[in-house]
Amino acid sequence: MTTTYDCRQDFADELIKLAEADERIVAVCNDSVGSSNLVGFRERFPDRLINVGIAEQDLVGVGAGLANGGKIPFVSAAAPFLTGRALEQIKADAAYSNTHVVLCGQSPGMAYGELGPTHHSIEDLSWMRAVANLPVVVPADPEQTRAAVRWAIENPGPSFIRIPRFKVPAVTPDGAPFGPGRSNQLTDGDDVTVIAIGTLVSRALEAAERLRAEGIGLRVINMPFVDPFDVGAVLAAARETGGIITAEEATVSGGLGAAVASLVAAEHPVRMRILGIPNVFAPTGSAGFLLEHFGLTADGIVAAARELLGHGLHR
Amino acid sequence: MLVADPPLAAEYQDLRRRLAGADIAEKATELAKISLAVRRSVVEMIASAKLGHIGGDFSVTDILVTCFAGVLNLDPTRPDWADRDRFVLSKGHCAASLYSTLAFCGFFPRAELTTFMAPLSALNGHPNRVKVPGVETNSGPLGHGFPVATGAALAAKLGGQPWRTVVVLGDGEMQEGSNWEAAMTASHYELANLTAIVDRNRLQQGARTEDTKALEPLGDKWRSFGFELREVDGHDHAALLQALEPSTTGKPVAIVAHTIKGKGVSFMEDRVEWHHKVPSPEQVRLALEELV
Ligand SMILES: Cc1ncc(C[n+]2csc(CCOP(=O)(O)OP(=O)(O)O)c2C)c(N)n1
Repeated sequence: MTTTYDCRQDFADELIKLAEADERIVAVCNDSVGSSNLVGFRERFPDRLINVGIAEQDLVGVGAGLANGGKIPFVSAAAPFLTGRALEQIKADAAYSNTHVVLCGQSPGMAYGELGPTHHSIEDLSWMRAVANLPVVVPADPEQTRAAVRWAIENPGPSFIRIPRFKVPAVTPDGAPFGPGRSNQLTDGDDVTVIAIGTLVSRALEAAERLRAEGIGLRVINMPFVDPFDVGAVLAAARETGGIITAEEATVSGGLGAAVASLVAAEHPVRMRILGIPNVFAPTGSAGFLLEHFGLTADGIVAAARELLGHGLHR
Repeated sequence: MLVADPPLAAEYQDLRRRLAGADIAEKATELAKISLAVRRSVVEMIASAKLGHIGGDFSVTDILVTCFAGVLNLDPTRPDWADRDRFVLSKGHCAASLYSTLAFCGFFPRAELTTFMAPLSALNGHPNRVKVPGVETNSGPLGHGFPVATGAALAAKLGGQPWRTVVVLGDGEMQEGSNWEAAMTASHYELANLTAIVDRNRLQQGARTEDTKALEPLGDKWRSFGFELREVDGHDHAALLQALEPSTTGKPVAIVAHTIKGKGVSFMEDRVEWHHKVPSPEQVRLALEELV
């Protein structure tokens, strides 16, 4: 069996490593020391872990103030509360004010499964994308999680990193590019393209393998920067393949799929299938159950690819 | 939407009639028995779901039972009856104890409790009013229940309606600013028909409240926000019954209920890790042995 990882650990390990060398780095959390995996950080740097208690608006505002005072705050909380509760602070204090605040949305998507829609963070990509001056990064594995932490320190403005809790295998090849407007093409294929992020990347790779056995070439692109995204790779896919599937653990209203669709519609219309969570509140169930329930699986991607090919619109 | 269990609901109504004529000590004895049954059912639900928030479930159990079986004016067969009292569990992560209490009252069949957090169950990890009768508003994100309860109390006042509204808050939850916004609204509108109960177990998810972001002096805060303050032992049913008497000052009432997180199971009491730890089969056995 492939090894899978809870990326919160990689986030925390990388943060501690970098904080050793850069004393501007502080972590800010909302009673979430354990669930953000910051216990080790607190042990190592007791004064540099600021816990504002259960108060997310305060959390982001305090983060912006820390940045104003020369710190680099990693503001970390469960993604639904960080993005939903503090949306205006994110907009006004972090993005509009252009402060060097790193927003770390932990356990996003439906990772909290049975805890239900209040705890699912499926709107976050739409909300964060809608805010100007706020890069949105969705790591797919430990490597990208670490790269995102490093990048966010170098990047002088605000950013949002969505850190997976649902366990994922390593998918990033050695030397893969990482940065705003960059993506990784993981498989060759000219029949259909799937652009996948986060937990859906390994599922897309599985779909590609299955389709390859049928002689269908699925181009798998992983695009950790949802904003700003890799326009060139999307347009190439539109030109060179018979349709584009997007796959994300987020609502279909406004996330990766919407970003890709609005570019494609304007520049090079092709048929698309946007895989995500339809505009409904999920029923009760574990994260794994819910991913199946909404067809966010290799099967779902295979079916979407067949559908696009069935339309015979390619080339 | 789950539906009422009529025989259970009838039993509950009988109990309410009996208690109405009883003295406070008898009432308290009866309520304590129900609390025990609720705690036992919480243990079983969490053991089978392998998820839950047992510490807070146990600290709030006696409050829930006192409200539902001793105070609130409810009809489980008519959960949408317009003049019912409104009850809001703002610390929605303690859904297991709320569900057990609701099932005890006959809002839905007790057998439903075994589906807690199972795929497609109505009994999600946090309460959902669209699926569970007796739930007034969906909670889970902390800091939502108090403003909603304030609105319900305001509606009653505006409409000259008789119902009262009770909201239960976690103490860690009081760190959310929205609660203090609601407190100002409630006192500005002189909502004497509103009671806010703080489950003051002194622990939150990661540590003690006073080591995380101190709440004290909590009673003074309530008073200065314009509330009539009552401080009680939140595991003393008789004291809770008295504290839940209507306002005497025309102000909204705040009850600081001093409780113990994990109350009832010695190895869980006042221990932060039992916020959401799941008991092993052996711990389930030990817990049920103590809950008799
Ligand atoms: C807005 C929001 N932030 C964070 C959480 C995560 N969370 C769930 S329970 C909890 C601790 C609650 O502590 P308290 O209110 O004292 O409840 P109790 O100790 O009675 O369980 C936290 C931080 C949440 N549910 N909602």
